Amino acid sequence: MSANNHELNKFPWKHVIGLALSLILTLLALWVVVSLSLPTVATLTIIVLLAICQAFIQLLMFMHINENHGRGYRILAIAFGFYIAAVVVYGSLWIMWFTV
Amino acid sequence: MIENIKSFLGSFFVTGDPMIYGADASIALASIGIVFYLTYFKKWKWLWDEWLTTVDHKKIGIMYIIAAILMLFRGGVDALLMRAQLIIPNNTFLTSQHYNEIFTTHGTIMIFFMAMPFIFGLMNIAVPLQIGARDVAFPFLNAVSFWLFFLAAMLFNISFVIGGSPDAGWTSYAPLAGLKLDPGVGENYYLIALQISGIGTLATGVNFLVTIFKMRAPGMTLFKMPMFTWSTLVTSIIVIFAFPVLTIALALMSIDRLFGAHFFTIEAGGSPMMWANLFWIWGHPEVYIVLIPVLGIFSEVISTFAHKTLFGYKAMVWSMIAISVLSFTTWLHHFFTMGNTAMVNSFFSISTMIIAIPTGVKIFNWLFTLNKGRIEFTTAMLWALAFIPNFTIGGITGVMLSLAPADYQYHNSYFLIAHFHNVLIAGTVFGVFAGLHYWWPKMFGHILNERLGKWAFWVFMISYNICFLPMYFIGLMGMTRRMYTFPSGLGWEPLNLIITLGAFGMGVGFLIMVWMIVYSAKYGKRDTTGDPWNGRTLEWATSSPAPEYNFAHIPQVETVDAFAHMKEKGTADSIYKAPFQAIHMPNDSGIPFILSVFFFIAGFGLVFEWYWMAIPGAIGIVVCMILRSFKDHDDHHHIPAEEVEQTERAAGRLS
Ligand code: HEM
Ligand SMILES: [Cu+2]
Repeated sequence: MSANNHELNKFPWKHVIGLALSLILTLLALWVVVSLSLPTVATLTIIVLLAICQAFIQLLMFMHINENHGRGYRILAIAFGFYIAAVVVYGSLWIMWFTV
Repeated sequence: MIENIKSFLGSFFVTGDPMIYGADASIALASIGIVFYLTYFKKWKWLWDEWLTTVDHKKIGIMYIIAAILMLFRGGVDALLMRAQLIIPNNTFLTSQHYNEIFTTHGTIMIFFMAMPFIFGLMNIAVPLQIGARDVAFPFLNAVSFWLFFLAAMLFNISFVIGGSPDAGWTSYAPLAGLKLDPGVGENYYLIALQISGIGTLATGVNFLVTIFKMRAPGMTLFKMPMFTWSTLVTSIIVIFAFPVLTIALALMSIDRLFGAHFFTIEAGGSPMMWANLFWIWGHPEVYIVLIPVLGIFSEVISTFAHKTLFGYKAMVWSMIAISVLSFTTWLHHFFTMGNTAMVNSFFSISTMIIAIPTGVKIFNWLFTLNKGRIEFTTAMLWALAFIPNFTIGGITGVMLSLAPADYQYHNSYFLIAHFHNVLIAGTVFGVFAGLHYWWPKMFGHILNERLGKWAFWVFMISYNICFLPMYFIGLMGMTRRMYTFPSGLGWEPLNLIITLGAFGMGVGFLIMVWMIVYSAKYGKRDTTGDPWNGRTLEWATSSPAPEYNFAHIPQVETVDAFAHMKEKGTADSIYKAPFQAIHMPNDSGIPFILSVFFFIAGFGLVFEWYWMAIPGAIGIVVCMILRSFKDHDDHHHIPAEEVEQTERAAGRLS
């Protein structure tokens, strides 16, 4: 407990930087879509890349992905996350294909 | 100037209907009454100290349940208004617009502001106690969740007298819910209120996941957890993965409506169908979010009152896990008729039928638990027993609906209405009623009156069948949902009359229940032992109502049904034996409430697109979060050992 407390009393740099980076990446994506009139493919590529960066920042800065204890749970959680993401994305594409 | 103010007020307040003026008057009177009561009896400080700032999971649970019962009343009045309109053909009691608003608020309130908070309330009461913990993992966050839900519910409810209610159904389908076909603030209320309460829900999911993983009493491995705790764990996982989809869908539609984007409008390449798609990607898991926890409640109640260990513990757990994985693969069954390809419809037909299998497994497990049990027919047990056949009817008609070609006949008819009320009422509502009776002593220290409880049960349960069984038939006769009136001569009159009578019967059942609560508060049998039902799980090991710190000593767990085992071994007193130690507890905080008030202000501003109001609200939110984030070290205190001893003595636990 005391080791934890010590960590708690320090200024939470990691979280503040993580928050700032997340905000910057989000605003950047918005700016790319709203203010630049790039071709659709270019816009999509850029915002997907930004989204991937965003995901890594969240995992590293807030979700303690590189800590060691509880590894099993974390792998399970991320695998389930991938499963849901795949179902949502491929499912939607498959459903929408003939109807848009 | 005067004219301007007049026209503003005319559109700000909903006008023109005597029923609305009646509601205005009763809201004003009730508010004045409450303020007067609090002031006259000098209760403001009590309200603030004991309730508004509390982070105690038991008090938060009680507030959730009170709010949910109020919302059940509101949603129930909506239901009765609809059924009053449909009692005879060509009725003019409600206009079509008014009817649209009422079914929208009915559905939305029942799902978001009644079913979910009721369940979260019971989770809050029971889960930390069941796992032998002192509170949830993040007590502060728990308070934030509650207040976000509560103020979002208030925001949604005032739409009825200020600005106008949403009217595009609880599913709020685009393009109908888009700006073009539905101008005005109604749909904004829907979007913003659900967004705010959704944040709270997501936080609850995270909170209970961590609580169950990290705070179990020593010895309680995952497979020794009580079934309600398991169901809460599985539900939390579904919440965490499903709610972000709703968050995004609501955000996109809000951007469409408030800032003129076209995610869900055909102009500029948007896709209205995408709304239905996203809504149900969240929506199907959502029905399991309000179902799985009550499956846990039924497991507890049935095993307690059959006086047996639950049959097939492992099968129960694995079937819930299977449901949680499969629940993300069936969403399209809500829009088979939208013109998808045959392959798509077949796939989702089959996945829907598959999910019925784990559900069926659970039904058989309960039946086997009852088999050769010493069954005690308490009110909680009656609700649980009634659940089995009534829910099964809903389940079977669900499988009928899952056949895509057949669904073209049933879709959006009263057959569907009957189906989902059969699962939502016989599942969720019966479940939370069973849980309410079961855990009431733990919440308040007295038992709900059994005689009145049984009256309420029989009146409600029979009326429920009178109300909903005929709906299947009237649906097959061609009556569609969301119809505000029907012509005579179609042969629908008798069934519609019966349905309405059943609905009012349920209203009577509800009133008996309210009377039972009031009566029991005064005359209810006190629970002095802490274990009124001869319970099997740890919540019954502590006194009733549970002390602030839950357990004087954290229990040691060896088996499933830990408390039953402790009683057999004669070690049940180990949790309240002297000597005591100081207990470490979280501090109360006003921030969750204030933060949520800022959410309300910002939300109200967004609904009316008053940015002079929304922006200060948003700043308030950020300030509260900063205040909280940089103040982590003084958020707990210790209850001294002497005080623990006094509390235990007062509960009659020390001789
Ligand atoms: C108290 C007993 C209840 C009665 C008599 C009742 C009656 C009704 C009626 C008449 C409709 C509208 C039919 C139509 O015109 O389309 C309806 C819709 C609905 N009800 Fe209930 N209901 C009750 C309880 C509940 C509960 C407990 C829930 C959820 C937990 C619920 C969820 C819904 C939903 C989601 C809709 C669809 C709203 C929409 O079409 O957008 N109801 N109900
Ligand atoms: Cu579904």
